[in-house]
Amino acid sequence: MLLEGELRIPSGCAISGMINRRGERFSGEDVIKSIALMHDRSNGLGGGFAAYGIYPEYKDFYALHLMYMNQSCRDEVESIIKENFSVEIEERIPTRNHRGIEKPPNLWRYFVVPKDYKVHESKESEDDFMALITMQINVRFNGQACVISSGRNMGAFKGVGYPEDIGEFFRLEEYRAYSWIAHGRFPTNTPGWWGGAHPFTMLDWSIVHNGEVSSYGANRRFLEMFNYQTPLQTDTEVIAYAIDLLVRKHKLPLELAAKVLAPPFWKDIDRLPQNEQEVYRSLRMIYGSLLMNGPFSIILGFPGGIMALNDRLKLRSLTAAEKGDLLLVASEESAIREICPNPEKIWYPRGGEPVIARLYEEVAI
Amino acid sequence: MKHQALPPEFSVIRNEDKCIQCQACVRQCGFDVHQYDAVKDKVCANEEKCVNCQRCVMICPTNALAITTNPNQYRTNSHWNAVHLQNISRQAATGGVILTGMGNDKPMPSYFDRILINASQVSNPSIDPLREPMELRTYLGAKPDQLKVSSENGEIKLAEPLSPQVRIETPILFSAISYGAISFEVCETLARAATNLGTLYNTGEGGLHRDLYQYKENTIVQVASGRYGVNHEYLNAGRIVEIKIGQGAKPGIGGHLPGEKITKSISETRMIPEGTDAISPAPHHDIYSIEDLRQLIYNLKEATRYQKPVSVKISAVHNIAAIASGVARAGADIIAIDGFRGGTGAAPMAIRDHVGIPIELALAVVDQRLRDEKIRNRVSLIAAGGFRSSADVIKAIALGADAVYVATAPLIAIGCRLCQKCYTGKCSWGICTQDPYKTKRVNPDLAAERVHNLIHGWSHEIKEMMGGMGINSIESLRGNRSHLQGVGMSEKELKMLGIKHAGEAI
Amino acid sequence: MKKVYTNPKHCVNCHLCKVYCVAAHSSSKDVLKAYKEEGLKDTARIIVEETKPISCAVQCRHCDEPKCVASCISGAMRKDPTTGIVYCDTSRCVGCLTCVVACSHGAVQPGPDGKALKCDLCRNLSEPACVANCPNGAIAFLEKEEK
Repeated sequence: MLLEGELRIPSGCAISGMINRRGERFSGEDVIKSIALMHDRSNGLGGGFAAYGIYPEYKDFYALHLMYMNQSCRDEVESIIKENFSVEIEERIPTRNHRGIEKPPNLWRYFVVPKDYKVHESKESEDDFMALITMQINVRFNGQACVISSGRNMGAFKGVGYPEDIGEFFRLEEYRAYSWIAHGRFPTNTPGWWGGAHPFTMLDWSIVHNGEVSSYGANRRFLEMFNYQTPLQTDTEVIAYAIDLLVRKHKLPLELAAKVLAPPFWKDIDRLPQNEQEVYRSLRMIYGSLLMNGPFSIILGFPGGIMALNDRLKLRSLTAAEKGDLLLVASEESAIREICPNPEKIWYPRGGEPVIARLYEEVAI
Repeated sequence: MKHQALPPEFSVIRNEDKCIQCQACVRQCGFDVHQYDAVKDKVCANEEKCVNCQRCVMICPTNALAITTNPNQYRTNSHWNAVHLQNISRQAATGGVILTGMGNDKPMPSYFDRILINASQVSNPSIDPLREPMELRTYLGAKPDQLKVSSENGEIKLAEPLSPQVRIETPILFSAISYGAISFEVCETLARAATNLGTLYNTGEGGLHRDLYQYKENTIVQVASGRYGVNHEYLNAGRIVEIKIGQGAKPGIGGHLPGEKITKSISETRMIPEGTDAISPAPHHDIYSIEDLRQLIYNLKEATRYQKPVSVKISAVHNIAAIASGVARAGADIIAIDGFRGGTGAAPMAIRDHVGIPIELALAVVDQRLRDEKIRNRVSLIAAGGFRSSADVIKAIALGADAVYVATAPLIAIGCRLCQKCYTGKCSWGICTQDPYKTKRVNPDLAAERVHNLIHGWSHEIKEMMGGMGINSIESLRGNRSHLQGVGMSEKELKMLGIKHAGEAI
Repeated sequence: MKKVYTNPKHCVNCHLCKVYCVAAHSSSKDVLKAYKEEGLKDTARIIVEETKPISCAVQCRHCDEPKCVASCISGAMRKDPTTGIVYCDTSRCVGCLTCVVACSHGAVQPGPDGKALKCDLCRNLSEPACVANCPNGAIAFLEKEEK
């Protein structure tokens, strides 16, 4: 029996992302080309994409992307959806046959708004209510059905296969987005199944991740105190939940949230000016359990921007580049040059230093 | 026969070819075992007094001595073993309570010895502590659930200050040992070692000797049921104030210092008369319930102007999870849990050996319960009770502790060999005695260095193991049970510890 | 000049300084052989004074103007001009023991062989044996200012 990755020397996964800061939308062809170049970083057991700005005509609706392994759970999930949400559209996610993609599950999308009285009953905010229902579905159906994404004017497309094949399977050349993130997987810790591919999403957040979180046990148990459950058993989940807690719930600026995941060393904090020392020290004291230990490079997608981040020892590769309105990040410089041969600026972000790119103010959401 | 003599527990074997009659053993034995016969020019031994403290073995310049179990053996009986036979005979003679010292020595199941630690391979590189920063710094104190910041002129500032935090450079502190149980020289040794290591030592219930105030930045002052030495100055001398509700060696009863050990200096420090037995009451007589504890906690916070975290030390007993939850809600900033292997200067043997539960289980259930109730951030947890090595420390942190208390290990570093006769005050090593002839045997210059070496060595080993797990910061190890797996444990035990079985996929 | 000083605060009265003094001045330099084969039992040049609970190891002070040297009739007692160490050349000692009486510190003793017995700061070794072997760090080899 071939156990994934355990009999081979893994070279790690592949990530790639790009954003047009003027908000001009473009097809998924470029990001597919970029991730395809890094073919050997994957083993064909997972690939995926997230795109922002793809549903402008439905931008006020939550776009639920779902995968069903069998018909009966589709019926059950749909009844939960219809109980809690008003459904504007329900349709299959368009795909094409592809010889690299075997036995895909049923893929559906629904544009919904939560029913007012349901939100009121739950005593949560609309976002929290949405998060609650999607988490409940994922926990209850435990792999048989899975919410792939549930954000507004964004969507995730992922499955078992090489990322370029997944991109073609989902006809991503037909979509127009202002930012794309992509991932190719070489899993060693969890079996290759459609739900386990990256990106992992929560509400409007999407994350692609190359690495292994050795602090997973500590991170997960801290997040459980804030009602986050981890049904998908992947490291990436905790990163998404951590960002959601810090930025959406605790209202910390994204730059500080990055400093929670990859904080400066104590010896460096000790040399900062007094005020900054207090902030960074308190950040570590309070959120020390959200420090992401272990090697990682991640790209976080959110409405209006992307963030790329390395662990503090930079144990995974990450390159960034700029050309005009475009900002690109990827695991390898070659993946950037494949689609942008002459960037104006190209650099290797330091461990723990986030690269944050947002839409220009005049076009911001 | 009016009095039935017990056979000696130990035999003193002297290799006559090696004995040079230097009489070092005669002078150093605290129990009058060795005697010099000037007529025969020979040193001989009164074996019935030997307690196997190993002092003579260590001091002998030619290694001529060995202490063994008396070859005389009772008939083998797994139920009525030698210890029972001896205890019953002694009680028949005296009618008293059988006392003993140090921690539980009985072969109860150990969980640390059945837990194994993870290492990263292939997909997650291990980290080399000699080449990369490896952070052990820990802050003890209550933490809020959320950081509140405000923005002023583009600069980010703290919107609300945090409650008082105490910083230690390694997650190991020295546990409570009272001045009285041990000599002043040992107190000084622990104070100096703690200062050099950037951690803290604990006064125990003996109060704080005037000459030790210079180490106040590294002192935890304890308020125990006898309130020995407690006054306003004392409370403000420590970095942390600790209320001792119980200790692992003798849950349910108070401290015990026999009158022989109460010298003038101890009488002054503890504020009690010389020569009287210092028996602390079992409960604090102003804490009969959890709300009383809350009142005392806040009394102490008021007395120290809310500048210091208040710790509550409890023994690991059956309902420890609920008790800890109550203590956290009563306002404690730190909870110290002392398991049944914890040491003591004097305790009834029956209580030491049979009351209390293992720290591994207590820690695991308390950590989980506090998380279930979403109040884990309100307290720092310190685990105590027989930590023998850096591996024990790492396992405790992975189970959920913020830091650990050690006391027996540093005493062993100073020389203790666990003869368990601390309550007699005759310690040959000069550690738990007030006899000025013997207290000199601990030279703080040398002893502090030994203790420092021990903890420094453990800290480095912790860094190596963390690096092996792919972790470079202790916050990522705390409560991270994925890095522990058990062997030879039942399903129930694995579940209580919250860990998987060795070999299981994580 | 470095001399040997003992701190009574740390002296535990074990008398091991005497044992190692004997061994250091033996031919074998081994404790067992020195005692058992060379018969050097009572030849320690360091003395442990005890009035319990206090004890202290004392020995020759290697005075600037040694009375033992002044009183020696045979010239056996001498002060080394370079090192300052006061020692006895036993080949010249006639056993008159005038030095024993003359020393105001009581540092010279009559040895079992009838000759003068006194600390020589282990002048043939790198460090005095009593300093190197005290188990409690009570004995130190220091300049007077470092005391």
